[in-house]
Amino acid sequence: MPQPLDYLKETASQTAGPYVHIGLIPAMAGFDIFEKNFSNVLVTPNTQGERITLEGKVIDGSGSPLRDVLLEIWQANAAGRYNHPADRSAGALEEDFRGWGRGGSDFESGVVTFVTIKPGGIADKSGRKCAPHVNVWIVARGINIGLNTRLYFSDEEAANAADPVLNLVEPAVRRKTLIATRSERAGKVVYSFTINLQGPDETVFFDV
Amino acid sequence: MNAQAPASRDPRLNRPEPFTPPLGDGGFFQRDRSVHPPAYAPGYKSSVLRSPRQALLSIENSVSEITGPVFGHNDLGPLDNDLIRNYAKDGDPVGERIIVHGRVLDETGRGVPNTLVEFWQANAGGRYRHRKDTYLAPVDPNFGGCGRALTDDTGYYYFRTVKPGPYPWRNFVNSWRPAHIHFSVFGSGFAQRLITQMYFEGDPLIPVCPILTTIPDKDALDRLVAPLDLNASTPFDSLAYRFDIVLRGQRSTYFENRTAGN
Repeated sequence: MPQPLDYLKETASQTAGPYVHIGLIPAMAGFDIFEKNFSNVLVTPNTQGERITLEGKVIDGSGSPLRDVLLEIWQANAAGRYNHPADRSAGALEEDFRGWGRGGSDFESGVVTFVTIKPGGIADKSGRKCAPHVNVWIVARGINIGLNTRLYFSDEEAANAADPVLNLVEPAVRRKTLIATRSERAGKVVYSFTINLQGPDETVFFDV
Repeated sequence: MNAQAPASRDPRLNRPEPFTPPLGDGGFFQRDRSVHPPAYAPGYKSSVLRSPRQALLSIENSVSEITGPVFGHNDLGPLDNDLIRNYAKDGDPVGERIIVHGRVLDETGRGVPNTLVEFWQANAGGRYRHRKDTYLAPVDPNFGGCGRALTDDTGYYYFRTVKPGPYPWRNFVNSWRPAHIHFSVFGSGFAQRLITQMYFEGDPLIPVCPILTTIPDKDALDRLVAPLDLNASTPFDSLAYRFDIVLRGQRSTYFENRTAGN
């Protein structure tokens, strides 16, 4: 017998269930309990960068929006720097921009929104430029293990065309499922997205 | 030997770089999906329309995955880990008083320090304080059902609450959830993000739960069951259950001395 490898095993995932709001967004469950709450607004008045709203839905295999889904996003600041000690890139850190937010879908429409800034591009380990993107994590009733995907920006065509992750997506026609569409509404920049869990336009999900 | 070695014909040999230690690149161990429920698990009917059908695209960890949000004590309030008191209006909630404690570890066995753990549950009668829960068991006026804690430098966390009750749900006509507490854990990178559920030793509903039995690996299922921990109970006050949570292993020791953010 060789020496045993004593690694532990990751704890199994379980669905967040229909009442995920109680723990993670109690105001949406219908009550007020914590002094400080996390939210879908990532920016403070001091945050650098272009203010944007991310707005979208998660669609099930019948074409219906999930009305009990919870999304979290994780992103770099406008200088392309994540607020975490493992990011040693040169962009300036903003202490009061955490770069993370969580939002629940509207119980009627299924729309999820985030108020944030457009992130800067980053570099991967080999130094290749990566297009600006927002990392997305999705949990809900019926989702047994959180789904990881990304949102890229429709007005970054050149950067998207060179992005090493987008270029891994085959067939290439599926790359469009990761791109949020820019528009302006009442003077505000909105990026719209649709995350399809199934069907011919199923969104690309990652094993990260 | 000559003072200056002749240039090699292999250009890589002219500018040797130190190679990274085997566990030093900061990425996470590849996720072993065999310990997790599959996305499509028809016995849990809600998964049928909500499960992706295409293969996941595997990508190497970049800075987007090995980083994640940092939380600190400034994010929490003083009663956040006390579900017996954090929503009490005119007394303590009804139910068996329990302490839940354990460590958040990664697959290398190291404690995950200063990480946010959030938890939520039904009350002792199996009813959630949620606008969408219509089960006939009553809402407890003194129980909110959620809390959170930061692990300490060794990965340890604890909270107190009342033991949640089982409750019926629409899957088969006679499906009941075993008593459980939902857990959300961050870790140090976004690729470690995990939501799971803790169950209680000895609950006869465990082997017949359509959600729990989506896990194909018996040992992985057993690891979601918290044992009674009499050594940690408070005599004449509360029983205790022990629940350790393991996140993906990290190929790094960078963060062992990381201080809390904020």
